[in-house]
Amino acid sequence: MYAFDFERPSTLAEAEKALATEDAQALGGGQTLIPTLKQRLAMPSKLVSLGAIDEIKGVRKGDDGALCVGGGATHATVAREAAADYPALAALASHIGDPAVRNRGTIGGSIANNDPAACYPAAVLGSGATVVTNKREIAADDYFTGLFETALDEGEIITEVRFPIPEKANYQKFEQPASRFALVGVFVAKYADGVRVAVTGASEGGVFRWSEAEAALSGAFSADAVAGLALSADGMMSDLHGSAAYRAHLVGVMTRRAVESAG
Amino acid sequence: MPKDHEGIGASSKRREDVRFLTGAGNYTDDINVNGQAYVHFLRSDVAHGRLTKVDTSEAEGMPGVIRVFTGADFEGVGGLPCGWCVTDRHGQPMQEPAHPVLAQGKVRHVGDPIAAVVAETAEQARDAAEAIEVDIEDLPAVVDMKAALKDDATKVHDDLSSNLCYDWGFVEENREAVDKAINEAAHVTTLELKNQRLVANPMEPRVAVGDFNRATGEHTLYTTSQNPHVIRLLMGAFVLGIPEHKLRVVAPDVGGGFGSKIFHYAEEAFCTFAAKAVNRPVKWTSSRSEAFISDAHGRDHVTKIELALDKDNNFTAIRTETYANMGAYLSTFAPSVPTWLHGTLMAGNYKTPLIYVNVKAVFTNTVPVDAYRGAGRPEATFQLERVIDKAARELGVDPIALRRQNFVTEFPYATPVAVEYDTGDYNGTMDVLEKMADLSGFEARRKESEARGKLRGLGLNCYIEACGIAPSQLVGQLGARAGLYESATVRVNATGGIVVMTGSHSHGQGHETTFPQVIADMIGIDADMVEIEHGDTANTPMGMGTYGSRSIAVGGSAMVRAAEKVINKAKKIAAHLMEASEADIELKDGQFSVAGTDKSVAWGDVTLAAYVPHNYPLDEIEPGLEETAFYDPSNFTYPAGAYACEVEVDPETGKVEIKRFAAADDFGNIINPMIVDGQVHGGIGQGIGQALLENCVYDESGQILSASFMDYAMPRADDVPFYDVDHSSQTPCTHNPLGVKGCGEAGAIGSPPAVVNAVIDALHSGGHKVDHIDMPVSPARVWAAMNA
Repeated sequence: MYAFDFERPSTLAEAEKALATEDAQALGGGQTLIPTLKQRLAMPSKLVSLGAIDEIKGVRKGDDGALCVGGGATHATVAREAAADYPALAALASHIGDPAVRNRGTIGGSIANNDPAACYPAAVLGSGATVVTNKREIAADDYFTGLFETALDEGEIITEVRFPIPEKANYQKFEQPASRFALVGVFVAKYADGVRVAVTGASEGGVFRWSEAEAALSGAFSADAVAGLALSADGMMSDLHGSAAYRAHLVGVMTRRAVESAG
Repeated sequence: MPKDHEGIGASSKRREDVRFLTGAGNYTDDINVNGQAYVHFLRSDVAHGRLTKVDTSEAEGMPGVIRVFTGADFEGVGGLPCGWCVTDRHGQPMQEPAHPVLAQGKVRHVGDPIAAVVAETAEQARDAAEAIEVDIEDLPAVVDMKAALKDDATKVHDDLSSNLCYDWGFVEENREAVDKAINEAAHVTTLELKNQRLVANPMEPRVAVGDFNRATGEHTLYTTSQNPHVIRLLMGAFVLGIPEHKLRVVAPDVGGGFGSKIFHYAEEAFCTFAAKAVNRPVKWTSSRSEAFISDAHGRDHVTKIELALDKDNNFTAIRTETYANMGAYLSTFAPSVPTWLHGTLMAGNYKTPLIYVNVKAVFTNTVPVDAYRGAGRPEATFQLERVIDKAARELGVDPIALRRQNFVTEFPYATPVAVEYDTGDYNGTMDVLEKMADLSGFEARRKESEARGKLRGLGLNCYIEACGIAPSQLVGQLGARAGLYESATVRVNATGGIVVMTGSHSHGQGHETTFPQVIADMIGIDADMVEIEHGDTANTPMGMGTYGSRSIAVGGSAMVRAAEKVINKAKKIAAHLMEASEADIELKDGQFSVAGTDKSVAWGDVTLAAYVPHNYPLDEIEPGLEETAFYDPSNFTYPAGAYACEVEVDPETGKVEIKRFAAADDFGNIINPMIVDGQVHGGIGQGIGQALLENCVYDESGQILSASFMDYAMPRADDVPFYDVDHSSQTPCTHNPLGVKGCGEAGAIGSPPAVVNAVIDALHSGGHKVDHIDMPVSPARVWAAMNA
């Protein structure tokens, strides 16, 4: 990696100040950024680790009943501490990567990076969650703007993600055989006012909501309701591990399985 | 008295694991020579192009830079040699291109080294490498083998007549007879398939440390090698012009090789050369990313096979046509893999009277391809066992019955492809398999799977392989530019302990445990009294190293011969000590006794007498007790086996799950059953990796698409089942002193066809008439085949 300065502030305020330097870069769990640095594909002037900021690490219940996950909470923390209130979210977190990844990687790091095959974006979008930063609140529908693209500004820090807790939810991941990221991952969540279906891994545009499935499931929350639906392969990714048509097909299969397993 | 759990046949725990598992191993990257500098190679990021500028001036002025090398620095030096020359169908030698240490004039694959920076730190070397200005005039990349052979194809090597390395026919004299038999056959089954390109990916990446002693003029190379003596000979004699007595090659603990560490690589020659040039020790450690574009790859065959049968389903002829990818240069033993390690195995376990194998080896703008666990034999087995399975389906006969009907049953058996199987019992091995795999219970298991919405399939496979790669005279006739004997020195110390210095090399095989078991058995002493030294040309006799499952069959035999010499001499000493006739001396349980008397002397008394020869037959024999033997066997060994795999296919996603895997192998006599189990487990895991997961892919421009573990799928623990393995079917090798055959590659050879046959069977059970799916049988490919 190229040389860079390093800071590890213990408060958000200090972090904001540290990130004001030109080309400074926030460091969450480093599960993407550190390998990128090692390959010399990034050249930040300064890395600002968010790992010592205790105020963004917790998982708590909000006044409105939402599950509020600190931006610095590791996947292992979420797997453990969200299990009672939001088991589908906890299950998703418990299947990201391997134990080493889960004990380093953070939800804030994941959704700030917005890898098109990451699991968390499906949960955030599928839950209609709110991304809270040091500056503002961003609705999930406005947050994910494309491959590795988000609504975050330079230096903006994710402090919390607020998940409304659904009546039923489930995440089904079909793993890419090499990376074990999602070749296709589908998060289905049933709320009183309707069903949300978010798909990761499949689209050239990153995580997206499958509106036809949402409409069908909002009418009747059963696997049969989506059995006849077919997603178009247009705009789906195609690579070594699966064609666009295969990914589109898998979205249907994973959606049905998520509905069947939702609890 | 020896501990009864330590000799031949005991599952002694691997003594080397104590240091490996406690972090006390001494791998090449653990070796740091005082004052060492670091190398970074600047590698081509294009597949094919003309180097129009390599300007190192800025890089030379960068902090910490000691010197920057380019191809021009190696113009007076030899290129990397190829160790095997194949003669083509027309009696002509293969086309053999130059292989410079650093690129000269052209780059020919992504990863081809263009320049190298030696600097005080690895990061400084890398910084400077980025400052080297390189201009490359792009040339069309040659990637597809058949396109590479067209008349208008761009040439990878301008000075060769084409991209064809050789067009090999075997046995050329049988060609017309085979054509005739196929034309006249009652049934011909044809299959076109690929054996995909693989990356070996040993856990330890390659490392080289070059050191030069200007006081003595001696070079030392520490390197991750399976055969340090071979590297010393090839690099010293062909590349750098250093005689063996001035060149020491050390391959200490090596973390896996799978063939990829047999070959002599440019980085080894560079570090040896540069250490003298800059008068500093020079170290290079490969990153994992570099390994993907600089370690020799494996397999990469495209094949059409035809199997002819008569009206009674007897195999009458086999004809194959294979395109074998050599990559951009000839790696050390590359030409031998698709020919002598592949064509000679095309008879398999069957008495097919006529066989013709055609192989066209092709140069492309890809990383060189060479031997990888099994080397040629997996490719032969895969096509043969796939086509037999397809024939059984076409003919509506039981695949096991069809195989049994055509098994070779009388030994020795001379195949029509030039080798003679000394021994085997293929029906007996199949009997073991049928019972172990509970094949009679398969239909019930299939019904149970179907009840859960899954398609269950059963795949069978039989394999034969040629191990114990040797004999020297034969391989010499076939084009090898090396001998393939093995060596050992057995040094007995004064107090009775023994050091065996073997020319073979352990990089995971367990020599340090199994070799002492043999000595312990021969003498009747504790295995703990025996140490094995290997991996250093300075203290081992010249040997050829470890590959082709040859360590115990060839290296172990050399050790037995040396130990026999030691025992014979010790008996002479014992006879003198007991004033008896040498002919009456018996050795048992570490005691020499005189037959028919109660006189005896202990092993330690005799060894002490050898080195303190106060009472000693000095007029008959010299003091000391140390002997060396070189063993060159009369034939290959022929392990064989029968494997059964059961899979479940998820018809909705195409995902394959292996539910059961049973392997019945005949390895002849076995020294350490636990280590053999481990070798078979690892081999099957690697074969499952090939069958379901691994795939090295290039795009049309010669860019490698699977250049990291993000896209190159290695098998993981949860991809494989618990295996059932059995080695009780044993027909000992008839021509080596231990009756052993070798077990290192069997699993990787025997498992891919079993897995693919099982998947095809599963799909047919679901009504999908799929003839073949190329490996890796990924979910996407299975789904596509089901929905074609």
